[in-house]
Amino acid sequence: MSYKLGIDVGGTNTDAVLIDDQNRILSQIKTPTSEDVMTGINKAVVSVLDQVDIRRDEIGHAMLGTTHSTNAIVTRKNLLKTGVIRIGKPATMCIEPMIDWPVELLEAASCGTYMITGGHEFDGREIFPLDEEEIRQACADMKGKAEAVAITSVFSPVSSAHEDRALAIVKETLGDIPVTVSNEIASIGILERENATILNASLNKVARVMAEGFQKALKEAAVTDAAVYICQNDGTLMNIDYAVEYPILTIACGPTNSIRGASFLSGKEDAIVLDVGGTTSDIGVIKGGFPRESSLAVEIGGARTNFRMPDLNSIGLGGGTIIHQTENDFTIGPESVGYQITDKSLVFGGKILTATDIIVRLGMAEIGDSSLVASIDKEFAQAVFDRMMETVSNGIDRMKLSKDPVPVVLVGGGSVLIGDKIDGVTELIRPESFGVANALGAAISQVSGQIERVYSLDQIPRDEAMEDAKKIATEEAVKAGADESTISIVEVDDVPLAYLPGNATRIRVKAVGFLKQ
Amino acid sequence: MRILNEKAIEHMALGASLLGTGGGGDPHIGKLMALDAVRKYGPVTLLSADELPDDALIVPSAMMGAPVVIIEKLPNGQEFIHAFKGLEGVLGKKVYATIPIEAGGVNSMIPIAVAAQLGIPLVDADGMGRAFPELQMVTYHLDDIPASPMVIADEKGNTVILNTITNKWAEDLARVLTVSMGASVMISIYPMTGRQVKESAILNIMSFSEDIGRIIMEGREKNVLPLEEILETTKGHALFKGKITDVERKLEGGFNRGLCKLSGVDDYKDMSMDIDFQNENLVAARDGHIVATVPDLICIVDLDTMVPITTESLKYGQRVLVLGIPCDSKWRSPKGLETVGPRYFGYDLDYVEIEKLAETKEPLP
Repeated sequence: MSYKLGIDVGGTNTDAVLIDDQNRILSQIKTPTSEDVMTGINKAVVSVLDQVDIRRDEIGHAMLGTTHSTNAIVTRKNLLKTGVIRIGKPATMCIEPMIDWPVELLEAASCGTYMITGGHEFDGREIFPLDEEEIRQACADMKGKAEAVAITSVFSPVSSAHEDRALAIVKETLGDIPVTVSNEIASIGILERENATILNASLNKVARVMAEGFQKALKEAAVTDAAVYICQNDGTLMNIDYAVEYPILTIACGPTNSIRGASFLSGKEDAIVLDVGGTTSDIGVIKGGFPRESSLAVEIGGARTNFRMPDLNSIGLGGGTIIHQTENDFTIGPESVGYQITDKSLVFGGKILTATDIIVRLGMAEIGDSSLVASIDKEFAQAVFDRMMETVSNGIDRMKLSKDPVPVVLVGGGSVLIGDKIDGVTELIRPESFGVANALGAAISQVSGQIERVYSLDQIPRDEAMEDAKKIATEEAVKAGADESTISIVEVDDVPLAYLPGNATRIRVKAVGFLKQ
Repeated sequence: MRILNEKAIEHMALGASLLGTGGGGDPHIGKLMALDAVRKYGPVTLLSADELPDDALIVPSAMMGAPVVIIEKLPNGQEFIHAFKGLEGVLGKKVYATIPIEAGGVNSMIPIAVAAQLGIPLVDADGMGRAFPELQMVTYHLDDIPASPMVIADEKGNTVILNTITNKWAEDLARVLTVSMGASVMISIYPMTGRQVKESAILNIMSFSEDIGRIIMEGREKNVLPLEEILETTKGHALFKGKITDVERKLEGGFNRGLCKLSGVDDYKDMSMDIDFQNENLVAARDGHIVATVPDLICIVDLDTMVPITTESLKYGQRVLVLGIPCDSKWRSPKGLETVGPRYFGYDLDYVEIEKLAETKEPLP
């Protein structure tokens, strides 16, 4: 027998599940997230294994979804001082790197910027040839100062040649230092891509400590034979080495795991997932078993970035949402009593009217002491509830891409708030074990292989180029640990590159499969 | 006359981006360029058109190129100086002030950066009252002011001086040069007198942009959607509320061209909208019926914040409001419609004013 262990670290709780090779849940645990994160993970691993009588060496895979990277950026702690190389001079000089970063983040994550002659035009021509001497000078200046390096070149998503060459020179001169090149992180939009690249480089140490800590926690729990993985925000796994290289891809993996766990529990591969918490509800979309991605500019810790993220619609409605009564009307939120619900809401003897009190008054849930809300006018409670459901229905409607009603999977601690019927929803599914959907999402994660390559369609027909890209992506997925018979192509993207000689097209393919048992 | 502070510049960038109707570039980059220049070279004075001497030399400054290129290959900064010095050399006269050619996230901000760098004032007026994709699409052209002599400067240090027989030739030649110079260049164009500005420009556009930007920003701070206020200030109409279900686009001759498909939410449930764009939004059809066309303004904004969305950042899944705003009356003249009406952009449609379309109960063909 081979078992899988999934752990998900959230803002409030650290959850763990143990599943067997049929993906049946054997045990589950919810523990408070500790301030240092790692203690909470240790505790969750130990407790979830203590509940069952299995041989620990039969745990074949262990997966961790964690907020280490997000926390490091938000608290500005443990970030590496990163030397920032931008290749593109004389273009781009009018806006310096990191110009709109908060000062504390700038000081924590960077140690100087270097503008280098080079870069490409939109059509792949060079603006100027790369000035290798300038790179060597920058390296000489960074020596002993920079703990990591981030390299961004103009139009590197079209041609990565200058980033590749600069990487080689940096490695040659500065030796074994973490380096991130921007074409591997994000796409067109130099300021946002550069920001994401710098953050990724500066997170290297956090990722390494996290990976080592997780391996140590497993060892202490006598889980010695497990292959260890870290969750990415697209719902697939990275091995430890990859996670240390690309820590920024772990940001927002929590909502992704929750969406995927909900999908698995409900058996729905195409649905909307409504995750109701204490303060907000997140609405995500699952398509073919994976979360839909958004690529809008997203601020992380005050820096604008443009790398891929799950597409979420957050609405200000959760169990602790405060209901304000006005003379003839009322408003719902957006403030919430949050985790203080057990002190502050009426059913727990508090003084603040919350969404939970409304549900208890209407007899839809038994929480706290229902006699404490008996004096609330029933018609008023019904009116509040109706408007809450309208908010949810509109929120769901905004995420749907077609007019047709869709199934909705309901998870999260606050899901009792939601009635039995929502407009525009065919079916409302409340899976069992919904509380650990995120840890389960981590445990059932798949592995992927990706390729992005420019093909000249004068040399090779489009169909053959596409087949070639799919073949390479599949091979990459197998290398990452996927079972070849389960691999499917989940994403195909081809962008014609205007004005490039030879009818060039950039093809991006992603293949995903289940872990080999 | 007044000095622009940083807050005013931020509001102008945001408001101008709404008037950019999807074009005119990314306001974030425009704002950073203007603020950077003001911090380096000192504050900028804004003059209203009636403060200009009649014989003063006023020169519009702008960036030309594909917005998707501008967000990747940022300018050097010095091309502004090259373009202006080049034109002063040809004309043998000092430039008194600069003026925007259009409203938009980048092209309302470039003149601020130019004014700061050259130490000259900025005029509170422009040539479009919105954004358009081509150089002859300015009110200056309607009054027969020649676009040339004009100067194109790139970040590499190249400058080209053009003398053309018509303003359309200026557009056609400049477009080819722009693509070969890397699809993002700086231009100085339509040199004119103070008197010509007073007669031909669309006045007070920077202050108007600032008002719009302030309303949107204050809405965000108070966490309310200032839709009514925006409609009142712009005399606009709410056309649609929905999410983007598809964006088809291609790069043609340095332009972004495409089609954005929307599906309705809330009051617009079960309805759809198609918006055609070429850098700017050109034609909006709701359930197959035209509800607004160029030169009226079709603006797509974020549904939660009313922050304008440019055509190059339209993405599948975004939730948006579509607003229609009447264009300046100069565009509704026969020469105006010949220059920027739907037929110029290849649509077999007669222009109908947005306020008439909004009143009409019967769907138009």
